[in-house]
Amino acid sequence: MTSQKQFSTFVLDDLYFGVEVLNVQEVIRYQDMTRVPLAPNVVQGLINLRGQIVTAIDLRRRLGLPERQGDVRPMNVVVRTTDGVVSLLVDEIGDVLEVDEADFERAPETISGAARALVTGVYKLKGRLLLALDVEQTAVLEGDVAAERRN
Amino acid sequence: MQPLDDVVKEFLVESHENLDRLDRELVELEQDPHDRENLASIFRTIHTLKGTCGFLGFSRLEAISHVGENLLSRMRDGLLVLDTAITTGLLEMVDAIRQILAAVESTGAENETDYSALVARLNELNSGGVMPAPKAAPEPSAVADAPHDTVVAPAAVKSHPDVAETVEHRGPDDRPVAGREDRRPGVADTTLRVDVGQLDKLMNLVGELVLARNQIIQFTATQTDNAFVGATQRLNLVTSELQEGVMKTRMQPIDNVWSKFPRVVRDLATTCGKQVRLEMVGKDTELDKTIIEAIKDPLTHVVRNSVDHGIEPPDVRVARGKPAEGVVHLRAFHEGGQINIEITDDGAGIDPEKVRRKAVDRAMVTAEQAARMSDHDVLRLIFMPGFSTAEAITNVSGRGVGMDVVRTNIERIGGTVDILSTVGEGSTLKIRIPLTLAIIPALMVATGGEVFAIPQVNLLELVRLEGEQARTGIERIGNATFHRLRGNLLPLVPLAKELGLTSQCDPSVVNIVVLKADDRQFGLMVDGVNDTEEIVVKPLGKQLKSVQVFAGATIMGDGHVALILDVNRIAQQARVFGVGERSAKSTDSAAAKQGPADTQTWLLFRGGGADRLAIPLKLVARLEEFATADIERSGGHEVVQYRGEIMPLINLGRFLGGDDVTPADPRQVIVFSDKGHSAGLVVEQILDIVSQSISVTRSNSRAGVLGSAVIQQRVTDLLDVAAIVRHAVPEFQADSAA
Repeated sequence: MTSQKQFSTFVLDDLYFGVEVLNVQEVIRYQDMTRVPLAPNVVQGLINLRGQIVTAIDLRRRLGLPERQGDVRPMNVVVRTTDGVVSLLVDEIGDVLEVDEADFERAPETISGAARALVTGVYKLKGRLLLALDVEQTAVLEGDVAAERRN
Repeated sequence: MQPLDDVVKEFLVESHENLDRLDRELVELEQDPHDRENLASIFRTIHTLKGTCGFLGFSRLEAISHVGENLLSRMRDGLLVLDTAITTGLLEMVDAIRQILAAVESTGAENETDYSALVARLNELNSGGVMPAPKAAPEPSAVADAPHDTVVAPAAVKSHPDVAETVEHRGPDDRPVAGREDRRPGVADTTLRVDVGQLDKLMNLVGELVLARNQIIQFTATQTDNAFVGATQRLNLVTSELQEGVMKTRMQPIDNVWSKFPRVVRDLATTCGKQVRLEMVGKDTELDKTIIEAIKDPLTHVVRNSVDHGIEPPDVRVARGKPAEGVVHLRAFHEGGQINIEITDDGAGIDPEKVRRKAVDRAMVTAEQAARMSDHDVLRLIFMPGFSTAEAITNVSGRGVGMDVVRTNIERIGGTVDILSTVGEGSTLKIRIPLTLAIIPALMVATGGEVFAIPQVNLLELVRLEGEQARTGIERIGNATFHRLRGNLLPLVPLAKELGLTSQCDPSVVNIVVLKADDRQFGLMVDGVNDTEEIVVKPLGKQLKSVQVFAGATIMGDGHVALILDVNRIAQQARVFGVGERSAKSTDSAAAKQGPADTQTWLLFRGGGADRLAIPLKLVARLEEFATADIERSGGHEVVQYRGEIMPLINLGRFLGGDDVTPADPRQVIVFSDKGHSAGLVVEQILDIVSQSISVTRSNSRAGVLGSAVIQQRVTDLLDVAAIVRHAVPEFQADSAA
């Protein structure tokens, strides 16, 4: 029997992502947000999560994916990181899946730029690939800030 | 290591408190060796400690405190008089006990350090061996006791175990007699030890409650049910009182930090061979526990500095006609919702010239900048990193990491530091810090469709301009805008522009929030001013660390998140006061080392045949336009009627010997004002206002020009305003001199 892990899954663009369930605090529908002027553009705003102020990160922008189309309202996947709680904005929420470590493979070289640094690897599921997102890295924006300054 | 017994834990906590008190009391006793009550209290403390040690089986502790107790008992019986040697011995004993206790705390057992030397020395002191009478002689009170002492001493040495014995028995009996002891059972009955973590949790909960209350109040505004409205009002009141109450539990007198200073000062003074008296006023001033923690180190540093660098050695002081004993004076008081702490010494003071030289040596400023800076601004350079004026690096201070750390620590909790000093008379360091950090009153303003909170501490006043005023009240010079607030030019900062938002403001109304940053004023233009609210400051996530203009965020009554503006940062970002030291941090090191004092704000203009001229903005009273038709002549001068008086106009072109350009209509005039007299300088065009530090190349070849400098990468002549006005309008100077 190989080891099993549970992943909370979601969809972004046409990609299928997963975050280890242990890192997920909760999943909530779209919330009103307060914009933060001058903030890095991946920061969509601040949400009031029962009295706690949580930074919402647009995962599409963070991964360098095309902008969300139309009036589709993103969902919040609230994750815990060592730097506190962060909300990741995603297109659509999927099921919680149990995956097998045996199906894991390191991220293929072909995954493009920003995404590759944030994906620890892929799980080869039946019919589709699940990209395992590195929550810690996703919440760190220092690199982006530096990059923006350079431009 | 086994977990500590509850009894031992209790003992440790109690002993630490007792030892802190011992430190203080011993130093007090040294100053007044005949304070019997104090002596009795010290004796009791040591006695209790010794007793508990024996009970808990800490034999080494018991042995050490026993020797101390013997010494104290003889003093109490009037057989010995406390002097410096004994005090030092006893203080060392307190330190030794502390060390052992620390070992007990971490390992559960006493440490193995050898304290026999200390014990021997204390015994020696006890037998009076190293306490010759002459040493105590300088103190008049000691002289009286000295003969008595020498006579009794031999007998006392012999009987000393008995003395200790009897004293031990007598100890408990003393308790009801001493006034100090009387109070203690009362206090013990009514106080309670509470874990700080518990209080922090309570504080957070109260913060949440305040937010929920704000939300309910907002909701109530739409309700008509009387019972509900009544209940809300009660909730409102109770919440406010609860907030106040919980806040109070976290308040501690500043004495908690100060109580360590008498010992610090005494030890340091002894080491440096100085005589220093510490005075403390306002010990009871209370402030939040977190703030107490935050100011502990900076304050200690400043006090050490005062003794080490400030106070001169006794011989120097006497030579300067001061009393041999220096004074370090601590003062704390509340003012306007803030705590003020002043540390004053009557020492040598700081010589601005020395600071100037040092700053130039260390390439922190250029020689020209240093020469131009005011003495006060020069003094503030000591808060820059890597600065120390101590002649020699001593054990205590002078390593160049000091005042900048003090400043950083104080600023981290939203405070400010300033220094005043007079050479030969001493220095005063002024610290201002907020009362509490958790819940603060704030003004809510709207800009670009968003709501922002401005901490009330920064707020001075609100100005609203409507209709005609809105158009005329704001004056533009280049890109900069100003408002004349009671005759002074107030630099304006549009908040929307600073935050990259689009203002949604009705152009017929201008809202100016007058703010104070670094003791200077500026006006923040916002779209709308809402209400004041008690807000709970919450930190922003690490992802937003790069956005420095926000001090945090809060949740408003309607549940929305509002960002809290960091007024100082906004002022720096907008460069209202020139290149701030911190905003320049990330740029090249030379710029980073320029304090705000190096920079001046310059008014750039064209006129008198010169393309670029500059004068310091602070000399400018107003900028005006006059139609050519309004200009009259009087006594060979062009004059204009201005504010009920006749103001002479100065033709700059004629003065500088440039081409006489046909003046534009209307004419641009820079108005100078001095002691009720005004003079106007006619120029062709106002170019810009810049804040920049410049270095002047002197040139005496042209009258009316002080020299030239590079401003905005272009060579610019600096006008000698005083000379021009004096020359063109002699009566101006004559009148103002009169």
